[in-house]
Amino acid sequence: MNRPNLTLLACLLVAIPLSLIAGRAWIFGQEQGTALLIIADLRLPRALLAVTVGAGLGAAGAAMQGYLRNPLADPGLFGIAPGAALGAVLSFSFGYAASGWLLPIMALTGAGGAMALLALLAGRGGGIALFTLAGLMIASLAGALTSLVISLAPNPWALSEIVTWLMGALTDRSWADVALAAPLTLVGIVVLIRAASALDALTLGEDAARSMGVRMDRLLALLVVGVGLTIGSGVAVAGIISFVGLMVPHLVRPLTDRRPSSLIVPSALAGGLMVLVADSVLRALPLVSELRLGIALSLIGAPFFLWLLLRLRRGGTLGLT
Amino acid sequence: MLEARKLSLDNRLRGATVEIPAGRVTAICGPNGAGKSTLVRLLAGVLTPTNGEALLDGTHLQDMKPRERAKAIGYLPQEPQIAWDLSVRNLVALGRLAHGGARGGTWQGPVDAALSALSLERFADRPVSTLSGGERARALLARVLAGEPRFIIADEPFGSLDLAHQASLTRHLRDEAEAGRGVVVVVHDLGLAHNVADRVVLLKRGDVLADGPPEEALSPANLTAAFGIEGTWLGEPGERVLSVRAQ
Repeated sequence: MNRPNLTLLACLLVAIPLSLIAGRAWIFGQEQGTALLIIADLRLPRALLAVTVGAGLGAAGAAMQGYLRNPLADPGLFGIAPGAALGAVLSFSFGYAASGWLLPIMALTGAGGAMALLALLAGRGGGIALFTLAGLMIASLAGALTSLVISLAPNPWALSEIVTWLMGALTDRSWADVALAAPLTLVGIVVLIRAASALDALTLGEDAARSMGVRMDRLLALLVVGVGLTIGSGVAVAGIISFVGLMVPHLVRPLTDRRPSSLIVPSALAGGLMVLVADSVLRALPLVSELRLGIALSLIGAPFFLWLLLRLRRGGTLGLT
Repeated sequence: MLEARKLSLDNRLRGATVEIPAGRVTAICGPNGAGKSTLVRLLAGVLTPTNGEALLDGTHLQDMKPRERAKAIGYLPQEPQIAWDLSVRNLVALGRLAHGGARGGTWQGPVDAALSALSLERFADRPVSTLSGGERARALLARVLAGEPRFIIADEPFGSLDLAHQASLTRHLRDEAEAGRGVVVVVHDLGLAHNVADRVVLLKRGDVLADGPPEEALSPANLTAAFGIEGTWLGEPGERVLSVRAQ
């Protein structure tokens, strides 16, 4: 393991225990039994879920930027997150969300549907332009259908649940959520790592990559499955969390040799760290009600995106030639 | 032997038959839209023909495993892109991907050899964004050489280079042919093609108009038929200069 990965892993290993301490109720002031209960049943699953979701977002963002050869690309472009959100919103609307597993299962089904549609539309040729446009179309369609479901919400309670859930959060999550998201995210990251050398070849363009033995249809399949699993499972347990997949590869890229393949693992580690720290800070903030994680990261991410755009305007390269 | 047999792709190429031998430089020439880039992309296995066959030692390129094909044929695209600001060494190392990349175990030697062949050792750890156009062209060719292919296909590699860098790149390509590799170069500059190539394939509207030694393939009559120009070759073989009068 190289130095950036070791450093990020060390930071993560320090941050996890610290995050168990922090919160509205600080752990040191509690009785031992209560403290153990808070840690084992609330904070540890929540911390692991934050790392899982963040790792998936970071790895998917790095892979997306490598595939599109664009440092401003975000996993949201694929349409998979909106697909998952549509599935989840449907489960709220039909009242299935009350049953623990149906919400994530429907979210994963939505992500799977978006993945299948994406693969179908992009076709065997696997051209990047077609892929991007298909992703945007799916994102737009899923967004419109989500709005339709919201507008047809059967009662104010369901409407409130949907809107709150869409804001993205890790509040009140359990070990069942970890058991669902962690294995799927891990498999997704492994799939993305398998696509890494093809992403390196793509640095020289599609023709050069094909001539180097890259099968574009296989690369497309790996990306659809890898991003689908990481993003789909993340949305299934935490709702929509934006900008992490955009920000993290940028922050990590200067620590690497700029090959897309060397960015995936550190982006996963840094993504996990970012979501964990953000969630812990939000939990500890002395506010009347806890600020939603999705909102907080968007409040940080949007100015970050603007800053990147300004850097580009001033002649910055953002890692490109 | 790399072969195109009655190779067609839509209206871009119409039944071209060409043989590319090892140890020779073959120049592909012709007017804009003649199908030069389409032909070399088909010969590199980057495109799939609608009709006809592209063969390597009698085997269809489409039937070969992509990695096996990539090991045998190195391709330098027209207007090559380098998206991310890699170091020159990492760029050249991409040529070993078909051999398993760093996992292949033997990537360091061929990468060093390619850097050395193109005098890029002192640039090895520099980001490609700091290179001049000529240095970048050499680095991209080094990427192809690092794969140790039996055939090198370069689509207009001289396009953006000044005369000194053209001469340097020409020498490198000739060295590769003399080392036993088959070299195919798409060239717009007919004088360069005449002086560099052992053989010229002249295309017109997607078909082969002439195929042979430069003196024959680029005869004034063929130039008139392909380009609609009246051309006269001046100078001695190897130092030919084309004098052109538009019709």
